[in-house]
Amino acid sequence: MKERTLAVISAGLSQPSSTRLLADQLAAATRGELERRGVRPAIELVELREYAHDVVNAMLTGFPSAGLGQVFDLVAGADGVIAVTPIFNASYSGLFKSFFDVLEDNTLVDKPVLVAASGGTARHSLALEHALRPMFTYLRAVVVPTAVFAAPEDWGDGSAQEGLARRVARAAGELATLVAQREPARPADPFEEPTPFEQLLADGRS
Amino acid sequence: MQFGIFSVGDVTTDPTTGQTVSEHERIKSMVRIALKAEEVGLDVFATGEHHNPPFVPSSPTTMLGYLAARTSRIILSTATTLITTNDPVKIAEDYAMLQHLADGRVDLMLGRGNTAPVYPWFGKDIRDGIPLAVENYALLHRLWREEVVNWEGRFRTPLQGFTSTPRPLDGIPPFVWHGSIRSPEIAEQAAYYGDGFFHNNIFWPMSHTKRMVWLYRRRFEHYGHGSADQAIVGLGGQVFMRRRSQDAVREFRPYFDNAPVYGHGPSLEEYMASTPLTVGSPQQVIDRTLTFRESVGDYQRQLFLMDHAGLPLKTVLEQIDILGEEVVPVLRKEFAARRPAHVPSAPTHASLKAARDAAAGATR
Repeated sequence: MKERTLAVISAGLSQPSSTRLLADQLAAATRGELERRGVRPAIELVELREYAHDVVNAMLTGFPSAGLGQVFDLVAGADGVIAVTPIFNASYSGLFKSFFDVLEDNTLVDKPVLVAASGGTARHSLALEHALRPMFTYLRAVVVPTAVFAAPEDWGDGSAQEGLARRVARAAGELATLVAQREPARPADPFEEPTPFEQLLADGRS
Repeated sequence: MQFGIFSVGDVTTDPTTGQTVSEHERIKSMVRIALKAEEVGLDVFATGEHHNPPFVPSSPTTMLGYLAARTSRIILSTATTLITTNDPVKIAEDYAMLQHLADGRVDLMLGRGNTAPVYPWFGKDIRDGIPLAVENYALLHRLWREEVVNWEGRFRTPLQGFTSTPRPLDGIPPFVWHGSIRSPEIAEQAAYYGDGFFHNNIFWPMSHTKRMVWLYRRRFEHYGHGSADQAIVGLGGQVFMRRRSQDAVREFRPYFDNAPVYGHGPSLEEYMASTPLTVGSPQQVIDRTLTFRESVGDYQRQLFLMDHAGLPLKTVLEQIDILGEEVVPVLRKEFAARRPAHVPSAPTHASLKAARDAAAGATR
């Protein structure tokens, strides 16, 4: 059986948070979809709240703490990412954005990413399309077509829950398809395999 | 092993008094600091190069030329000379001239500079940082070794029949260190030429410095300059010392908390745990510094950052006294005892000349 890893990043702040709840639903659905495709997933969840100080310190010092460095390695080594943020002031939260601001360059290149958000009103659902999707596109991630938004009513009303569950399943299927069909992630290590100097010289001449 | 100090040359308000020295005072302070370094027996003084406030050392060879006249033993160096925005022809001329005036007590450390606006002020673009460092050094390397150079590249006007004057002292180019905090390309460059590699070792964890240094060492061997453990490595470091470690912490904390680079971020304790910064007793500095070789192997040069973040001159001079009198003599002895015989010392003008003459004698 093929094995793949998923990194689930939740920027929820409260305990429990609806952001985390959504992240868990997406993780569980993606697990099922991967298994259906013959893939055994290992799922690692990261609560950004626990790294909030480290994220700010990394922004100020330019390097991650040991703990945050491990999170960077986890994301770099993951075959797919589920990224979930609360919507604050009509966009991703500052913590969510800051994490991706300090994450090493090129970490997400060609990596399948499912974006999702929770918010206080369904009127903010397009933040996924005008804020999260462009950011991940800029980072050259492969963002799955379905972005999942959960509004307050999605958690209560049975019919709305059905709607959320359907969106979760569709997005999870899209992510699982991308993850299952790709080779396992192999993060490049420029300290192990440097560009040979002859090539650096030749690049300058071209 | 060589020990010394390197200065950024920042003009920073002393956070404990609100006092800011003038540029004139800061420049004169750097001179006092260099003279003190020689007086207490250190081997190297290196100045930064910057072209924007709040930094004063825009003209390193002017300062080092003056110091050459006021000192007799210490090696005068840079940390770093901007190989990107300076014309390599001018670097070749300036440092060869300095070498003559200082009777060979000169080497230099090349770096790219990370301040984006500086590049366009000199007609360059920071996005070309690596290609500039590669091409400019390729030219500089030839200018010091070939009498007549014909050359054409991307970044400067071509040269036809050009001779850089004065020629390097005794025909021996100044030894070059390549400094980079996180660019593997620069470690690769240093290895390719068999030059030295210097890691600033202040702003990142030792685990990172280790990766950079071992990349350089592996590639040094790959390019046939010797075994990996014979590569020429220099490290920076940052310390603040008082007899009692709690006094050192209390006195240094406001400077740390307000320092331009990492201030208002992690606590002093967190930063000491995650980077090589040591604030404590001279013995603690000795113990910590001796651990560096466990990460990077036996190395040739250790420079300390002492004058920054608004520390008053008097305090800096006291720190250099402690360094020279209590710390470095122990480090010299301990590092020497640990270093295997086949690991070379840092090249100097005298050692490079002797090696050249011996090689010439052998082939004669």
